[in-house]
Amino acid sequence: MNIQFNDETFRDDYSFYNSDRAIKRFPFPFHEDSYMYSVNMEQHRGGPVDSVYEKRFDVDEHYVAEMKDRAMVLADDPLRCQSLPHMTLAGWDLLELIMVSKSEDYPDLFELHRDGNNWRWVNKPLGIDDSFTFLDETTLPYGPMEYITRQAQGDFCVLDQRDDNLWMDAGMVTTQADWSLDFDIGMNFFEWHAPVPLAHEKGIFVRALKFLLNIQQGAPARRLNWTMTVNPLLDTSPENYHKWGIQKTTLTPENIGAKQHLRVELQTFFRLPRSNALVFPIRCYLCSFQDLMTAPKWGRRLHRVIRDLPEELATYKGFIDNRPMMLDYLSQFDDGLPTSPGIWPDLETEPALQK
Amino acid sequence: MSGAEKIVVTVTDIVPLNDLVTRFEFKPTDGGLLPTFSGGAHTVVEMQDGDITRLNPYSLMSDPMDQTAYTISVRRDDEGRGGSLFMHRNVKVGDKMTISYPVNLFSLDLRAKKHLFLAGGIGITPFLAQIKQLERLGGNWELHYACRSESLGSYVDELTSHHPNETHVYYDDHDQKIDLMNLLDGQPLGTHVYVCGPKGMIDWVRQTAEAEGWPREAVHYEEFLAPQPGKPFEVKLAVSNKVIQVGENESLLEAIEREGVDAPYLCRGGACGQCETRVIDYTGNFIHRDHWLEDDEHASGEKIMPCVSRFEGKTLVLDR
Repeated sequence: MNIQFNDETFRDDYSFYNSDRAIKRFPFPFHEDSYMYSVNMEQHRGGPVDSVYEKRFDVDEHYVAEMKDRAMVLADDPLRCQSLPHMTLAGWDLLELIMVSKSEDYPDLFELHRDGNNWRWVNKPLGIDDSFTFLDETTLPYGPMEYITRQAQGDFCVLDQRDDNLWMDAGMVTTQADWSLDFDIGMNFFEWHAPVPLAHEKGIFVRALKFLLNIQQGAPARRLNWTMTVNPLLDTSPENYHKWGIQKTTLTPENIGAKQHLRVELQTFFRLPRSNALVFPIRCYLCSFQDLMTAPKWGRRLHRVIRDLPEELATYKGFIDNRPMMLDYLSQFDDGLPTSPGIWPDLETEPALQK
Repeated sequence: MSGAEKIVVTVTDIVPLNDLVTRFEFKPTDGGLLPTFSGGAHTVVEMQDGDITRLNPYSLMSDPMDQTAYTISVRRDDEGRGGSLFMHRNVKVGDKMTISYPVNLFSLDLRAKKHLFLAGGIGITPFLAQIKQLERLGGNWELHYACRSESLGSYVDELTSHHPNETHVYYDDHDQKIDLMNLLDGQPLGTHVYVCGPKGMIDWVRQTAEAEGWPREAVHYEEFLAPQPGKPFEVKLAVSNKVIQVGENESLLEAIEREGVDAPYLCRGGACGQCETRVIDYTGNFIHRDHWLEDDEHASGEKIMPCVSRFEGKTLVLDR
């Protein structure tokens, strides 16, 4: 597989774009015409060829540009990456997991050569060729978690497991949907989820925690989550809300198709072997409304989901004010025909828009 | 499929240590590398004992970073249902066996400034791996190890020769006893205590630590319960619509599995909570033996842990 890396930005002129291939493999998060929270976990063991599920850590056309954007965020705000002192071993676990996975899954792009604890890591897209001693922090330019997550798309929460709970004790968080690592660091699972509406009452978090505590080595899991973002911004953090929050008011009926993006998180969960910690990568995918509408099934379904979403969720996800304008736009792509089950676009079998 | 991922291994070494304990070494049959693990992890070993499939958890005691082999030590239990006897009598070098990926329910708290280990008898095994892990990472630890006698003191020589300053051994037949109050009293702030051994020892350590004002989060323990034999009983499985008989020498979980019903499990020793099952109806008495459910849950008659708990009475209907 040959990946052409896009020359693009996620800020200022927003030159981000999805190729046709990227649109087709976009992880559309709705498997039916409505949405409510659920513990929608499944095993993370591959998936359809070229889907975002296929590899353990998906690398796509946005890789190089996303890593440049991460470096800029970190230069402005180093607290986006934090690791409490007891989490260093988990950082090495994560470094090993990502290096082994990427070198096996993308041998043309990444190489890992190991001789005992003497490791050499080659990252061709980013032009990196480093030799270091595994488990010796002094041989890397950053701590192990920071080193490897400057080279891996998506945010990473590294969770310590103790007292039958999970603790947000380390992370690299620069592409988040309006939450702050600096605020959540050291919190447990219930504390950092406290702001989420409706789900607590449904017992979602008690069940989710039980599931996560039992994720075992060799058996990773995954789920999708979603929200809405105006302009293709990766960094929608509370720290920078003053920069991006105002952009939500720039939406017009003319520009909404290009400016309004569905933001999907592919969340995966891996047990880390040496530390018994859990890593929770949160990979963000963006797709503009107008690109999504190229799949007739997604057009029909997105309109129905957004139309019927409970008010609390639209408020929590931050688009309650723009929902009427979204629905005006999306309703053009809903002809009332039924949709096939599942998240895939089914371009060959779903009928074209009948209006 | 229930339980953790599986690995096919070959038995590469069997070393009897004393009258009761034998060590087994496993290497991957396909010649590859085993997963690394964290000190305190166990593996579930599958034993094909005639028509019976036995699944017993054993702590991994080898170096967690050694991916070439795993070792476990098995204490023979002449009164038990036969798993340890099978390991001692039937397993030979060269045999192929299936074991699970490592699962850790007794992990080190890596925030600890010091790790204080209290072992009783075969309870030494998880500490052997934790000690190797801490030695690699430069961690601060101390071991207090109570054994019945010198001849039954598995790994005492190895520990006292490699770690003479950290290891303290106590022999019951010399009337030596861990001076727990003083030991707990003299620890620096940030110490975590870990205990693995017989139930009486675990209760003693937990109660003493609590009475001395130790935070609950700083006291860690692990006791795997072997399922105990008991009177046969009948169970109705409502979801799969089957009525099954649980024999004297099998656990409820084993009987469910024997009937081809896939039930979740992980540790099979009453500790992990994975096999928790809802009781739909019952007339009779539960014999709860797990560490997972709270006392009020045991009393409620609404839940049972089929890996170790049993039932005596007329009717039992489970949501399985």
